[in-house]
Amino acid sequence: MSIEHHIKLPEGSIERATTTLNLGPTHPATHGVFQNILELDGERIVGAVQTVGYIHRAFEKIAERRPLFQITTLTDRLNYCSSPINNMGWHITCEKLLGVKTPKRVDYLRIIIMELSRISDHLICNSVVGVDSGAFTGFLYVMQYRELIYEIYEEICGSRLTTNIGRIGGFERNFTPTAFQKLDKFLAEYPGVLKEFENLFTRNRIFMERTIGAGPISAERAMNYGFTGPNLRAAGVDYDVRVHTPYSSYEDFEFEIPVGNTGDCYDRFLVRNQEMWQSLRIIGQAYDKVKAFKGAEAEVYHADAPSYYLPSKKDVYTKMEALIWHFKIVMGETEIPPGEVYQSVEGGNGELGFYLISDGGRTPYRLHFRRPCFIYYQAYSELTKGAMLSDAVIVMSSLNLIAGEMDA
Amino acid sequence: MDLTNETIKERLTGKFGDQLSQFEEPYGMLTFEAPAALNLKVMQFLFDDTELRFQFLTDLCAVHYPDQQGKELAVVYHLHNLADNVRIRMKIFVPVEKPDVFTATQLYSSANWMERETYDFYGVNFIGHPNLIRILNVDEMEYFPMRKEFPLEDQTRIDKDDAMFGRGGSGN
Repeated sequence: MSIEHHIKLPEGSIERATTTLNLGPTHPATHGVFQNILELDGERIVGAVQTVGYIHRAFEKIAERRPLFQITTLTDRLNYCSSPINNMGWHITCEKLLGVKTPKRVDYLRIIIMELSRISDHLICNSVVGVDSGAFTGFLYVMQYRELIYEIYEEICGSRLTTNIGRIGGFERNFTPTAFQKLDKFLAEYPGVLKEFENLFTRNRIFMERTIGAGPISAERAMNYGFTGPNLRAAGVDYDVRVHTPYSSYEDFEFEIPVGNTGDCYDRFLVRNQEMWQSLRIIGQAYDKVKAFKGAEAEVYHADAPSYYLPSKKDVYTKMEALIWHFKIVMGETEIPPGEVYQSVEGGNGELGFYLISDGGRTPYRLHFRRPCFIYYQAYSELTKGAMLSDAVIVMSSLNLIAGEMDA
Repeated sequence: MDLTNETIKERLTGKFGDQLSQFEEPYGMLTFEAPAALNLKVMQFLFDDTELRFQFLTDLCAVHYPDQQGKELAVVYHLHNLADNVRIRMKIFVPVEKPDVFTATQLYSSANWMERETYDFYGVNFIGHPNLIRILNVDEMEYFPMRKEFPLEDQTRIDKDDAMFGRGGSGN
């Protein structure tokens, strides 16, 4: 009996020169639920088809029936590696629509939180690029320092990953002395760690061989593909929302926008590392500015917006008006002025935009999230064309794709 | 060089005359309406013009206004001129029975998935799109879930009146 009798191959499979490989949606190397159907010629990628939507939760639809403050918890679940940036972005969008002006101290405290979460976001992304190129040490090492950041969040808002941090108009409570102590500890320890992390990778022969030239993109293509954030800057375009459209008083700060040149995995890695140094610089400046406030100003942690910001518990228990406002806000019975606003913030992986339309009801008429990684993931098939199978994984992790944000 | 909203408006009306309408500036962003047949021409002009150079598509989405007869669906484009750092918003209104809009994929590669998402949730038919299929929802879905005729909560509930949410009476 010849061998054909035992092995039943699908029709036409011998004639075909390429192999189809399913990478994901639950592959350990994809770090999230994305599926890539790769067409391989040997080990070389001829084509890739991305499938997204595995964790779509209809946030935009849900938001149409929720008062503004309840939408903050939805934004947590977009890019969950840096949820405070999403939260702040949402608060800033609401404040723009409602015409609430936040005090400077609130802006600076927000900047401290946002830059801390940018560090934690980049830290995860860069160390995972390390993991995917075979270096696990860096990842385990920096986890300890992400923990320090999470402890600061915990001290401020009580939670760690999906933070729901801050309120429309400011913060729910002032930063405690412990929060500042934890920040001091982080600022003292982290620069040494980041230096060591860079020593592990930046000039590491194996890491360089794996990442240089992997998934490159030109500045022109990157812009055409709607790249933003570190991925666009790695391609050589110095676009940063913090500088171009400053929000939360970013214009008061001195920092640089690091740019790359080839747009490959190595440049993306370098840009993120440099951004962490710049974030530390911003946090240092913001911390100094916060410390410089004296007297009553040093206690300010929210704007004066009685229709949207919850009154203090003491007032709720003793004053009639405060009790009414408390009830109205919690029950979502405050009307939102009609209007149409687009506000974006520089998220961990790009320009996170909120397009909010209000018709004067109590919930948004329409809310659309501009999710950066949903937009730039389209370029994946172009980035990996002609690359090796092992590059497919490293390109994916160096793009900083977050399934929660992509599928909204 | 300073590119102001007035300059953009002048350039646009100079080219397209009174076909563009509803110029507004909510929160400082120039917003206007273009007819559905012209959307690609306007975008091409905004892209190619040496002064305007709106070469970055920030965002593309749709909005459903069920009460506007004949122009129920709005497709909203947010365009960005990165060199001069100016953003504009362009709106296209189409009837819900025939929601045909020309695709922007030839100009912006990023429009591909954004248009698929818009199709997926609102059923806007982008003419000329290379692969207009559902992206976030399951392929078998037969309706467009973000349209307003699909309310989020079960409308047979009588313990919750929509008037409590600030719009309309009960039953909507």
